[in-house]
This record gives sequence, C-alpha cells and structure tokens, in this order.
Amino acid sequence: MSAPGSTNPSSSGSYSQSSTPNGGAAPPRQNGPAQTYPSMYASTGYYGPPPHQQSYPTIPAHSTSVPNKTSITNSAQSANYYENNHQQQHHVYSQQPFQQQQQHPPYATPGSYYGQQPYHGVPTTVQHPQQQQNPSLVPAPAVGPGAPLYPIVSYPSVPGSGQYGTLSPSQSTSTPGVMPIQMSAPLHQYNSSQPTSTPPVHPGYGGAPPSQMVPTVNGQGTTAHQHYDPSHQAPQSYDSYGRVTHSTGGPAADRPPSGTPSTSVHSSPGHHQGIYEIQIFKFQCLTLNVSPSFSLPYSGGETSSSTTGSASPLPNSYDSLEGGSYPDSMPPSNDMTNQAQSYSSYGYHTMQPAYRQGPASRSDSSPSHDLYGQPSYQQYSQPFPDLSQLSAALGGLSGVPELEVEALRPVNLLQERNLLPPRPLEAPEPNLSADLRKVNCSPQTFRCTLTSVPQTQALLNKARLPLGLLLHPFRDLQQLPVITSNTIVRCRSCRTYINPFVTFLDQRRWKCNLCYRVNDVPDEFMYNPVTRSYGEPHKRPEVQNATVEFIASSDYMLRPPQPAVYLFVLDVSHNAVEAGYLKYLCDSILENLDKLPGDTRTRIGFLTFDSTIHFYNLQEGLSQPQMLVVSDIDDVFIPSHDSLMVNLKESKELVKDLLTSLPAMFSQSRETHSALGPALQAAFKLMSPTGGRVTVFLTQLPTLGAGMLQSREDPNQRSSSKGVQHLGPATDFYKKLALDCSGQQIGVDLFLLSSQYADLTSLACMSKYSAGSIFYYPSFHHLHNPAQLEKFQRDLGRYLTRKIGFEAVMRIRCTKGLSIHTFHGNFFVRSTDLLSLANVNPDSAFAVQMSIEDSLADSSLACFQAALLYTSNKGKRRIRVHTLCLPVVNQLSDVYAGADVQAITCLLANMAIDRSISSSLSDARDALVNAVVDLVSAYKSNVSSLQQSGLVVPASMRLFPLYILALLKQRALRTGTSTRLDERVFAMCEFKTQPLQQLMRMVHPDLYRLDNMSDQGALHLNDTVVPQPPLLHLSAERVSRDGAFLMDCGNVFYLWIGKCCNEMFIRDVLGCPNYASIPPNMNHIPELETPLSERVRAFLDWLQDNRAFSSTIHVVRDDASAKSTFFLHLVEDRTDSASSYSEFLQHIQQQMSK
Amino acid sequence: MVLKMLLIIAFDELKTDYKNPIDQCNTLNPTVEKVKKIKRVKIALKLVLPEYLIHFFFCVMFFCAAEWLTLCLNLPLLAYHVWRYMSRPVMSCPGLYDPTTIMNADILAYCQKEGWCKLAFYLLSFFYYLYGYVFIFTP
Repeated sequence: MSAPGSTNPSSSGSYSQSSTPNGGAAPPRQNGPAQTYPSMYASTGYYGPPPHQQSYPTIPAHSTSVPNKTSITNSAQSANYYENNHQQQHHVYSQQPFQQQQQHPPYATPGSYYGQQPYHGVPTTVQHPQQQQNPSLVPAPAVGPGAPLYPIVSYPSVPGSGQYGTLSPSQSTSTPGVMPIQMSAPLHQYNSSQPTSTPPVHPGYGGAPPSQMVPTVNGQGTTAHQHYDPSHQAPQSYDSYGRVTHSTGGPAADRPPSGTPSTSVHSSPGHHQGIYEIQIFKFQCLTLNVSPSFSLPYSGGETSSSTTGSASPLPNSYDSLEGGSYPDSMPPSNDMTNQAQSYSSYGYHTMQPAYRQGPASRSDSSPSHDLYGQPSYQQYSQPFPDLSQLSAALGGLSGVPELEVEALRPVNLLQERNLLPPRPLEAPEPNLSADLRKVNCSPQTFRCTLTSVPQTQALLNKARLPLGLLLHPFRDLQQLPVITSNTIVRCRSCRTYINPFVTFLDQRRWKCNLCYRVNDVPDEFMYNPVTRSYGEPHKRPEVQNATVEFIASSDYMLRPPQPAVYLFVLDVSHNAVEAGYLKYLCDSILENLDKLPGDTRTRIGFLTFDSTIHFYNLQEGLSQPQMLVVSDIDDVFIPSHDSLMVNLKESKELVKDLLTSLPAMFSQSRETHSALGPALQAAFKLMSPTGGRVTVFLTQLPTLGAGMLQSREDPNQRSSSKGVQHLGPATDFYKKLALDCSGQQIGVDLFLLSSQYADLTSLACMSKYSAGSIFYYPSFHHLHNPAQLEKFQRDLGRYLTRKIGFEAVMRIRCTKGLSIHTFHGNFFVRSTDLLSLANVNPDSAFAVQMSIEDSLADSSLACFQAALLYTSNKGKRRIRVHTLCLPVVNQLSDVYAGADVQAITCLLANMAIDRSISSSLSDARDALVNAVVDLVSAYKSNVSSLQQSGLVVPASMRLFPLYILALLKQRALRTGTSTRLDERVFAMCEFKTQPLQQLMRMVHPDLYRLDNMSDQGALHLNDTVVPQPPLLHLSAERVSRDGAFLMDCGNVFYLWIGKCCNEMFIRDVLGCPNYASIPPNMNHIPELETPLSERVRAFLDWLQDNRAFSSTIHVVRDDASAKSTFFLHLVEDRTDSASSYSEFLQHIQQQMSK
Repeated sequence: MVLKMLLIIAFDELKTDYKNPIDQCNTLNPTVEKVKKIKRVKIALKLVLPEYLIHFFFCVMFFCAAEWLTLCLNLPLLAYHVWRYMSRPVMSCPGLYDPTTIMNADILAYCQKEGWCKLAFYLLSFFYYLYGYVFIFTP
C-alpha cells in the first residue's frame, strides 16, 4: 500500500523490475504474464499510480508455489522463450491490450464522466478549520481522500484488463508448427469426434496410460453428486461412470463392501428424472451408497473457499497442480511427505466413497493408501472407450421425442382446469445428446427461457417469446471443482474459458465453441492433475464440468486482493430508538462476529448518524471505544484515518465493547432528523481506499444534508387504478454515490426498517448500482411487530455469515450471433457484456435479455458462458465460470417444445418492472397481458393444425396465463388494491434480484394440504420420511374448512387451519387442544413427538432446505383477520379489483378476436 | 446577414464533425468495435448541450433576421430538443444521458438513430444555407 504515487512506469522499466523476482524464485514460465502486466499499464495509461507495482512483486511469490511439476519440456520451452524472445514478446504484449481494447474505455469513461461532478470533491484544505468542535480529533492529514480522487476514479479495471490484456505464456509460446486451421467439422460432431480421437493419444506423454484418469475423474463426480444435489441433472451420468468403475474394479479383493447395490440414493426425484438414456448402458447397476455423514471432497460454498484458503499457504505444490479442488479430501492428519504418497492419496480418496458404505472418517482411510495405489487404476482403464463409443453412438438417437411430444401437446385452457403438476415444476431438459446434457450447467444456476434457441431473430419474433437468461452465478454450491493452474486456458480471440462444449480437433488444438476459433492446447493443459497423466486434455476437470472455479493469478488483479472490510452505518435518531432495532442488530453482530467471512486481515468499522455523524475510534490499545462527532454535515470529513476501520482480530474486544454499549448510548436521543446523505459520503470516504461492504440501517426519510428527500406519497392515491406516480427516483444523489462506490469497489446494502414512507424508490438506487442488496421491514417495531422482528433477526443471521465476493465483475459471453440486449439486477453495466459488481453475494440473481443478431444456422449448439471474477473473503482472486449449452432449432414447434415457462415468467416480470418505471404501471400490465395474447395467437396461426376453438397453447406453456395473472396480482404490479409505495418498490426490487425458484414461489405460491398426507411417493432421506403432498391450485374452492393447508410463499409459510379441521391434527401438530385455543399470533410449529407432527416438520424442513433465508411460518386461523393475507395469495380467485383466472382467460380470448 | 450565414456555415460544419465519429462506428465490425462505439457515444454526451444551445441560437437569429421559412424548418427540431431535455432522467447536473441505462440496447439504438437523423438534417440545412449564401452574393 505504500507504493508512492509515481507516474506510470515505462514499460521497459517495469519490465526489468519484474524480471528480477522472477529470475530468482519463480519458475521462468511466470515471465510471460509478468511482462504483460506492466506493459499494459504503460500502453493504456488508465490506471493511475496506485499500488500495483508493489502488488506485483508479491504475486509471483504466491505463484511460485505453483510448481515446476509440469513437463520439463514446458519449462524448458518457456525458459527458452524468456531468454531469447523476450524482446519480441514484449512487443506482442504491448500490442495485445490495444487490439483488445474494449475493456479500458468503459472503465475509464464512466469514471471520468462522473468524475466531473463536483459534489464529492471536497477540497481537503477546507477540512482543517472545522475541527475545532472536537478536541479529541486528530487533525486530518492534508492527504484527505477527497482531493486525489479524480485520477483514480478510473473504475479499477482489475479484472477486465486482466482478462483481456494477458496472454497465458504457454499460449503465446506455443509451437509455431500448430497453425490455427479452421476446421469445417460442425460442432455437433463433438460427441463422436472426441472419443474417436481419444484412443490414439500420444502415448509418449507421461508415464501413465491415458485412460487411467477416467475412473478417477468420474469417481469424484460420483461422490460429490450422489447425495447432495438430487436435482442436478448430471449425477446420473456420473453414476454410470461409477458403475463402470465398479464392474471392472470388482476383482480387487480388498474392497469387500464395494459391490453392495443399494438404492437409497435414488430416492430423490431428480435422480429418477435423470435416468433416461444412461440406463441404456446397463452397466452393472450398482449404485453408490455414500453415507451422508461422509465429508465430501467438495463441500459447500463456504467450505470450498476455506479449503483453498487453507490450502494456499501450504508450500506443497500439489494442491495447486491437482486442481485445488480436492485438498479437502486429503486427510489432514496425513503428512504428505513425498509426492507419490500425496498423489495416491488423491486418486484414492476420490474413489473412496465408491467402496465404502458406512460413514467413513478420513483418518481411518489414510493408512490404507498403499493398498490401493497405482495398480488399481489400470483396472479401470478398459471401460471408458466402450462407454464413450456407446454414448457417441447414442448421441444421434437422443432426440428425446417423447418429451418433445408431451411438451407440444396442445392444451385448451378453457377446458382443462387441472394444469398444475403434482410436484413443483422442474426446468425443462434441453434437447441435447446425453453426453452434453450430463455436463451441462445446473438449471438452478443458469437457465434460459428457451431451451431450444431459435435460429434467427425472425423465428424468435414469430414465437412471440422472450429470449433471455436467468443467472444465479454466486449461488451456494454443494460441489464445485476448484482449479489452480498456471495457465487458465482461454480462447485467444474471444477470451472464452475452456469448457465442456469445446471441440478438441486433435491432441494439440481445440476449437472455441463461441467464436469457432481454433486454439492451441498449452502444454500444461496436456497434463491431467487428477490422474497425473499426459495427453488427455479433454479429461481435465475444466472440460468435465460446466461449473468450475479457477484460482486466478496476478494477471487478474490490478491491485492486491482487498481484505474483507465491513462498515455498518446505523441510524440512531429518535425514530430508530423508538423502533428498537439497535439492540437486536448489535446482538446479532456480536453473535456472528467470529463468523463474519474473512481472514486475519478483516476490517470492521461503525458509523452512526442522526443529525450529526459519529465515528468510533476502535484503535487497538484504547481502553474503550472513542466516539468522534462530526456535526458539519455539509462538508463531511473523516476525523481520523487509521483508527476508524480497524482490524477485527486485533480490536475485537473494543468492537465487542462498542456493540454492547451502543444500544444504551442513544436510548435518550431526542434528535429526530436523519442525515443519511452525509453519512453515506463519510462512509464512502472511509471505505474508498480499500473497498468493501457498507451496510446501512435506516428507519426514516433522510431529512438533512445532501440527499434529503421529501415525502412524495399521497396515501389517498394508494389504491387508485389510474397509475402509480413516483416510481422513479426523486434525486440522483444516491445513484451518483452508488456509481462512485462501485468505482471504488464498495457495495452498499440497505436495511430499511421504516414504518413511514421513506422513499425507497430513491434510496434503493444506492444499492441498485453498487450491486448491493435491499431489505425492507415495513412497520418494524421491536415490541409491536414480533413477526418482523423475527424476520429481521433471521435475515441478519444469514446476511452476516453468508459468503461474499469483493471487487467482482461478471462477463457474459455467448455464441457468435447472439448478443446481449439488456441486463436486469443490481449492478453497474460497464460495457455491453460486462457487469461491475462491487460486492457479490450468493443470494442475488441476474436476468439477461438476449437478441439474435446473426443467424445461428452454421451451428447446432448455442453456448452461454458467465464468468464471475471476484476476490474471496480470504483474499484470493477467483473466477467462477458457468457454461450452458443449448441446441439451436429452426422449427417453431421445437421452440415451443423447449420453452421454459418459469424462466419466461421471470424474465417478463423483469421487463415489466422496467417498463413500469420508464413508462407507466398500466403500460407494463398491458404488456404482460399482450404477452399472453401474442403467444396464443402466434401458436394458433403457426403451429396448431387443429382448428380448435378456445385458447390453445402448447403443454409446455400451459401455466403461462396463470403465472401472468399471478404476476398482475403481485404487490409490485397490482392496481386497485391499496399498496404502499415503498412496499411496491421493494417488491419490484425483489423481482429484479431474487433467484428464479424463490421468485416463482413468491409469484405463484405452492399450496399443499397437510392434514391428510399419505406416504405415497414420500421421500426417504436419511432416516426421516418426507411426505410429498400434491400441489393444489390457488383457488378457494380447493381450500376446505375441514382441512389444514400450507402455503409456501417463498419467504413466508402460511399454515391455514380450517374451522372444522380435524382436532387430531390441531392437537398433534400445533399442540393445542382444539381449534378455539389456537393463539392468534402463532409463529412456530411446536416440536411434538407425534408421528403427524414429525411428518409435518420433516416436510417443512425439506421445503426450507435449499433456501438462503429461512422462512417464517404463520399459523392462520379461519376467522382471524390474518386470513385475508392468506386469501390474497389465492391468485386464481376474484378479488375486488382483479379478475379471476377464468375471467382472465375470457379477457384474453376477447383480445384475440379483436 | 452575410456574417450570419458565414457563422452558420462554420457551426454547421462543426456540428457535422461532431456527429461523425459516432456514426462512423455503425459501419465498423460490431463485435470488436461495439465498445469503442459506446465510448464515443459517451464522449458525445458532453456535446449534446452545446449542440442544443447552438441550434437554439440559430433559431433566435433567424427570428431576428425574419427568415421565417428557415425558422419554420428549424422549429420542429427545436421543439424536439426541448421535449428531449424535459424528459431526461432525473439528474442534478446538466446532461441528457444516464450512464446506468445507456448500455441498454434499445436506448443505444435510439440514440444512434437520432444521431443519424440529425446528421442528415444538419447536412441538408447546411446546403440550404450555402445556397442562401451564394444566392445573396450572386447579383
């Protein structure tokens, strides 16, 4: 950090500087990127003096740990290149950024554009005179954060330039003999061509036969998948591999438990669904029974990051070479004294679950390493060619005709009333060959509205369906292969990361699936770390998984990875004290202080505000926290620079002190004003050197200083159907602040706990453009509103401990011909395909509208790749890459067959929100209705050959009108019903950021009947039986008085108890003797020992399982006033202001006949 | 009058110059040049206000010079400018475009189309003014 603000280094100067450390410690290979790095600075000149240079020498040190374990040829070659070619190479590099200049301009321009605005340019000189009020203030040094900002504002283009400007050394040094030849082989031959090219692999590489690696890779896949991701499509395929492994591995006598066929894994529906084609292989149908208590090599998101975090400091180079994904599988007790040992432990461990049935602790597995060593691999080597040939042969057959026919079955909506499937809708399967399908990205992460991409824009227009992606890129994953390697293999022209859908033309070349350029396979990539064998690049984990994470090298940083920095900005005005949130917040932070994601560098700070701003000096060594008050809110300055954001570890006691005393400190506050704007400016100044996360807690409309707002809502207009005013922000102060924050890698999260109108429309901007998240608790009061309090506490628990990524960018690439039209979500769009995310959290999702610019006729597959580059809370730069592959079709009926109704609904919701802000709410509503009308008439005129009367839609879209009707009744889009503006705006924000599953539950809740659940089709997970009651239509006619119904609205459950409900149910589940004794505000299900109660709780737990924020449950009695909220969610029914489902259909029909 | 005409010519040329770099990009390769194009649009953002002011200035001068026909030709554009400026996004500073939405494909396409149309209009009016200029000087 102490790097002086020197001018840009000349390329030669920096070059020599960089070469010094490399020559010493780092392997010579590193020199390639090393050169790139400074030379980019020189050539672009965008990046000011910041401490890059300092960062730079430190980084090679870190990558030194990545060893010279690669081939000798490789290092020799690169050494050679270093000595001889560097002059010339240097040229090449400095040109590179030029050709691929796209990134730089967008970085720089927004900064400069806004950089002109004078508002934050607080001249530092002015600061001094103001300090007399506070004797305790340390005179601010003249180097205030305000003044020198401008040159730096350049949107630290950490990732972009890294991504583009760098060429991996081995790529650029690759053998000149390999010319990029444009092969005419169409992409869809991938299946057949790849396996056939496999067998004659150069045997000269490495010692081990190429096919050795197969079982290991797949063995790993098996272990990871089996239990933990039932809805994933891939497992089945891995299963088959696993079976293969087994059938051949059988002879090994020392693994007795291996062969036990067990079916427990198959209890989840996802598995059944996935079986289709793989079944054909019919390899010895052994299923693996991985005990759930077995600690997996890939563990959850949190663990996986800690995994590498802990792995990186190890000097052991094999972690990184092995791909970093498996260090967890290493028994910690197992000293890896020599390489062979560690390797065998790897290979062995990953397969282990296949052989074990019972819970296996890692430590007891380590002694047996020697038993399964190298030899066992060779036994597995045979089956793979068979398998690949088989699957290749089957690739052509996999038209999935049945699925398609079913999806296309015309459904007359006026006649068929039972449209809902018994189980919540799953994402449709893309019509791909089994090979591709098994490696495709999980629909929970990456989903496309049309799983069959139309070939041309004309066809898309004809279908009248939107084309778009729904992304949940930073989702908490159950398993994630993490890869560390020196070279991250990417396409040289479009910079796509290598993925399972590329084509290997031969051993040394691969063809990019997005731009069709033929690239060289770098030497390092020939080596498969999983099996430590050479010559099979297509077996690398990158090519076997659609979702991978890379540990990025220094090329992907512009400054050293920032530590986790958290700043809490708390409202302590009278209103806040009344609401009483402070105590619960402080308790929650105290409780989770140790669980805050971060490492030893984690920093934390607090700032409170009413009409003045209070800073807290928490410098280590003080006896108690010291409060510094700045009352000049027109010209905010930071009273002390070092001691306000403190290292959490060093000052933990002080932080605890502060948190315990904070609630009492302001209990007598009479100050009613709130100076949010100045507080945010102060927060920005405080955080701008590092970046990080600012969490704002606010309880009322900001009334003082910059960014003050007026109440704009007229309560009498709440229920008017004429249109809603004030959906746009009142001031751009928050937006500009957010853009500045985004430029300095600061994310702003907002917790609004207001009982009055607080103009969330304007306030939300601070989170929207800085990639933050927004939480809103209407009518929050710690005594009067226990339900909100409970939700607040639960949300806080999750919020404080969830994963976080800093200084992130996300780029979405897609096959040539497709282009991105619009993004939806919380971010700043830095260029047409690049999102800048100051913070990224695992609960926010994004939507992308796509358009087809050129015909996709020359390829049969369309691919989308989302790459998220971020700094993990352990200070590691990581890239998470998701790749989705979809077939391209030229028939309209195929487009309809592949339509994903849920994704379409979500994308339309996002578009409608945009429309309602830019135009008007009624416009947006009309557009939604028109979407249905258009679809029905397009289908009628183009596809449906039957001359049926009525509303005919393809079966895949049969729920579409229902979902649209539900959308129209949502808080965000409804008219006629009294809706507070803030609640409406919050609902809109949620639409934009919630992941698809959650959003769908909010739009169209799941309704189940609980009092007569049978065990039919129940899941058996571990020891519990999870009943699976069928889904019910959201209509009052399905709800009867003698039943108990559970409605799952995503973030809240309603358990509605009918008046004549079975007394046994009330007694056994709710613990009340009869209906009359159910308390009115019951918010939990007691843990009773009765079987019915256990079942209900098992079902509830199962529903909660995959949710980020746990949902609260409300028990609603038939006669209680809360009943109206329950009935409000029955979207198929008529309400005062909105039509019922059948009326809606009639309306559609009228519109069509016009 | 002559002086006015000269001024007009100079400014019009200036304006067409301003507009050119943006529109040139249309012909360029979309994948590589797209971002460059956007950057230029952003540069052009700062030129929008001067353009509007200059145009307004001309209209005033035409009004003073009682050039009714010319004024009538320019009035629609003036009205459009006024409308455009009134309906701009909420901002505390002068400016027309919002960096957070400019990347939206629709808005971008609209801005480009607008640029083309204006370029055509300015070119036509340039020749019309030139014609007027020549007409005055030729006996």
